Amino acid sequence: MSAPILELREVHRTHGAGETAVHALRGVSIAVHPGELVGVMGPSGSGKSTLLNLAGGLDVPTSGEVRVAGASLSGMSKRALAALRRRTVGYVFQDLNLLPSLTAVENVALPLELDGRGVRAARQVARRALEEVGMAELAGRFPDELSGGEQQRVAIARALVGQRRLVLADEPTGALDTQTGEAVLRLLRDRVDAGAAGVLVTHEARHAAWADRVIFLRDGQVVDTSGPLARAEDLLTSESTR
Amino acid sequence: MSIRHGLLALLESGPRYGYQLRAEFEASTGATWPLNIGQVYTTLARLERDGLVRSLPEEDGGQRPYEITDAGRAEVARWFSTPVARADRPRDELAIKLALALTTPGVDVAAVVQTQRTATMRALQEYTRLKTRSDEQSDMSWRLVLDAMIFQAEAEVRWLDHCEASLVRYRPAPAPDTPAPDAAAATDAQPEAASTP
Repeated sequence: MSAPILELREVHRTHGAGETAVHALRGVSIAVHPGELVGVMGPSGSGKSTLLNLAGGLDVPTSGEVRVAGASLSGMSKRALAALRRRTVGYVFQDLNLLPSLTAVENVALPLELDGRGVRAARQVARRALEEVGMAELAGRFPDELSGGEQQRVAIARALVGQRRLVLADEPTGALDTQTGEAVLRLLRDRVDAGAAGVLVTHEARHAAWADRVIFLRDGQVVDTSGPLARAEDLLTSESTR
Repeated sequence: MSIRHGLLALLESGPRYGYQLRAEFEASTGATWPLNIGQVYTTLARLERDGLVRSLPEEDGGQRPYEITDAGRAEVARWFSTPVARADRPRDELAIKLALALTTPGVDVAAVVQTQRTATMRALQEYTRLKTRSDEQSDMSWRLVLDAMIFQAEAEVRWLDHCEASLVRYRPAPAPDTPAPDAAAATDAQPEAASTP
């Protein structure tokens, strides 16, 4: 198997100290390989979002190690971390974080422009990314001129633009209806099938089911992992019909 | 649901013989409900006895087709217009298992919950995979059946999450301090202690 794109080794994250310390993560180890989508489930406060923030270099572990694309984040300069976040890691957040004063295509092009690409080249790549999510026609619209589902597609295009190898999604289907939510998950799945590594944080089992492996977090620890898949024929035939 | 109604509904589209009915039944339910040919012919014989279908003369190949009667059509219409009663569905073995796990000494209820949740999650992943591989237009019947299983599995995972959270808060009254209303209260304490991480 190829080297993991994301690796957490015995990661602890504690907020505060002494008696009031909150142990958000307590010794979590996971590896996510290219072409693999890992679902993370757990109740509020179980450490799901902390895990995602650590994976994306938005937070640092109290102890343990986070490695992205083979490099340890703890040894990285701020500048190198920022470059990693622009080039290698794509985020899809619950709140979309689209900039309201920019059009869809400008929102998608923004990380590329920040990374030093020319405006024209960046827009061209952004347009292609919008095409991929079926939003080519609406590229010139502002976020408030788009429906929730359309905004989420733009956010996905922005997360996937360029050669992102790690996609981190936090409740990406948010308040979307089931059909639109499925379309969003399909986009994420397609990108992972094309070779990216993905982490999908969600509290809905139906969404987590798009993953190859689902990790259950409870109080900052992994309590279960749904391992190799069951065989379809065993699932489809119920006892009563045998 | 009964196989009876399934076969009657298929006969609404025109006369069919046993093997055709079995193939069409399985195609529309995506092999969720495999039928053996014996079941199909037994059911057809009962339907004929009840006047809901009638058998037609044998064809050249020796197959005997059946066609639906007016009484059969009325029965299909009644079936589609009547909701499925919840009481008619099989009892939920899992709920009963968890209830008993709580009162059976030495059983780790939390472990029962986790084992089940992992298994149900795997099933849910596989259903989802089958759905993504199916075609939205040509496999619509099959996708509806898959969706039913997806939503049921999802509900089960949610319910198991809920059980787990409830178990964390569950504190059966200690037996010596309070006058136990019955013997069950004393045995409650044991599985709870085992479930504490």
